[in-house]
Amino acid sequence: MAMITYKGESYTCEKDETVLVCLLRHKVFVPNACQSGVCQSCMMKAVQGTPPKVAQTGLKDTLVAQHHFLACICKPEEDLEVSLYDSSKDWMLAEVLEKSLLNESVVRLRLKPQHKIDYMAGQFINIKGQDGTSIRSYSLASLPTEDYLELHIKRVPDGLVSNYLHDIVAVGDSLSIMGATGDCFYTNRDQAQPLLMIGVGTGLAPLYGVIRDALAKDHTGSIHVYHGSLATPGLYYIDELRNLANEHESLSYTPCVLHGDAPEGGQQGDIQSVVRTDFPDLKGYRVYICGDPQIVDSIKKQCFMSGASMADIYSDPFDFS
Amino acid sequence: MSLYEELGGEASVNAAVDIFYRRVLSDAYVASFFEGVDMEKQAGKQKAFLTMVFGGPNNYTGLDMREGHKHLVDKGLNDSHYEHILAHLRSTLAELGVGNDKIQEVISIADSVRTDILNK
Ligand SMILES: Cc1cc2nc3c(=O)[nH]c(=O)nc-3n(C[C@H](O)[C@H](O)[C@H](O)COP(=O)(O)OP(=O)(O)OC[C@H]3O[C@@H](n4cnc5c(N)ncnc54)[C@H](O)[C@@H]3O)c2cc1C
Ligand code: HEM
Ligand code: FES
Repeated sequence: MAMITYKGESYTCEKDETVLVCLLRHKVFVPNACQSGVCQSCMMKAVQGTPPKVAQTGLKDTLVAQHHFLACICKPEEDLEVSLYDSSKDWMLAEVLEKSLLNESVVRLRLKPQHKIDYMAGQFINIKGQDGTSIRSYSLASLPTEDYLELHIKRVPDGLVSNYLHDIVAVGDSLSIMGATGDCFYTNRDQAQPLLMIGVGTGLAPLYGVIRDALAKDHTGSIHVYHGSLATPGLYYIDELRNLANEHESLSYTPCVLHGDAPEGGQQGDIQSVVRTDFPDLKGYRVYICGDPQIVDSIKKQCFMSGASMADIYSDPFDFS
Repeated sequence: MSLYEELGGEASVNAAVDIFYRRVLSDAYVASFFEGVDMEKQAGKQKAFLTMVFGGPNNYTGLDMREGHKHLVDKGLNDSHYEHILAHLRSTLAELGVGNDKIQEVISIADSVRTDILNK
């Protein structure tokens, strides 16, 4: 069992317990959101001792060199003395330029950050909730060349931050944001490779960026976009995606709904079976899958079994704790 | 040259991991042991597994293997599952065109940790 020392106090970390869970259990507050090593909001620094390598997954070289690690995926193998990462300089204000409903449960926000943010289309930013301590991640649907950051936010029943963004935040208000990170983005390492993009619900947000980025970077291979929802009212950007498909011969768009009639050109059925039927052989494909973590994981597995190489599957499960 | 180098080092591990993992997940007899483990993390572990049995650099000890598979032994992991994994390893290497004698070397490394994996 390892001891975790923080601000002069030592705490016993149980077997298989992460540094985050250990500290929270002892009522030491550490910012966190996804609790699965994705959002980087729980970053800490090892002042003494070495955290296991996996706890630094996805961190920039410079942060690794300074012994930073993610508390939520750090199961210490030795005693550690840790300090909170001072993220205050990473947070900035962003003004809400526009707010509009994309359907009955998804709101679109367009933000103008105080300073320009360097990002790749498809990455995500973190936003602080009304209480100033809750942090949630939201994917960017915009392109770096556009002069606003665009987010698609789904209302989660009783959800703290999503309801704040839906009901309280207004045009002209400022939000605290940090970003951007994530590795679900387009790279032009093989421009002829066929792309399959599967978004469930607001999983379309990052894909809407990735699709347009691929087109802007002259991707020559085919691009197949599937957007899934429970029923037609849960879809959005139908016209935008149809227009893109009309403008680009390589692009096809298939809305999928589980219940009721699908819009024209769409399919009725669960998105996983639809994809399985349409793509029995994914050898050579690059696949992007975003949205609800459970669906993402099972589609990911299916795509792998259908022949896509693990290295060619990019995913952004919208994990929540 | 070490066995690992002869097989082609890290590149050969990368080539083998997709094929091997797909075979394992397609085999209902052993697939259940891999359920609920995140795919990407699992792929990393499959790479660790392959590097190890290819005789490549790794820091695992027999004790690590014992600890790492204990929860699986509790779920019923036994010699027959072990044989399945060895069979998938064999056919993966054959698919990649690895010669019989080399395959045999890999299999004997994989077999050398049996008592640890099965917690005997
Ligand atoms: C990398 C990443 C990218 C993301 N991108 C987006 C995005 O572009 N758009 C978007 O709308 N969301 C996105 N999310 C999800 C988002 O970060 C929040 O988890 C979500 O908005 C819920 O936060 P909340 O504070 O409203 O709910 P909370 O107060 O955290 O949760 C309230 C309750 O709802 C449950 N819950 C939380 N989230 C969900 C969910 N999605 N479905 C069902 N139940 C849930 C919780 O377990 C809890 O019981 C992303 C998440 C990650 C990790
Ligand atoms: C043939 C000898 C074997 C070797 C050398 C071996 C090696 C490994 C290694 C190196 C890991 C990664 C450990 C880590 O870093 O966490 C691992 C994990 C794992 N192995 Fe094996 N393994 C063997 C046999 C088996 C068998 C027979 C099964 C089941 C049928 C199995 C199932 C697993 C599972 C499920 C994990 C992931 C455990 C978890 O994270 O929950 N292994 N193995
Ligand atoms: S990375 Fe640790 S809480 Fe998200």
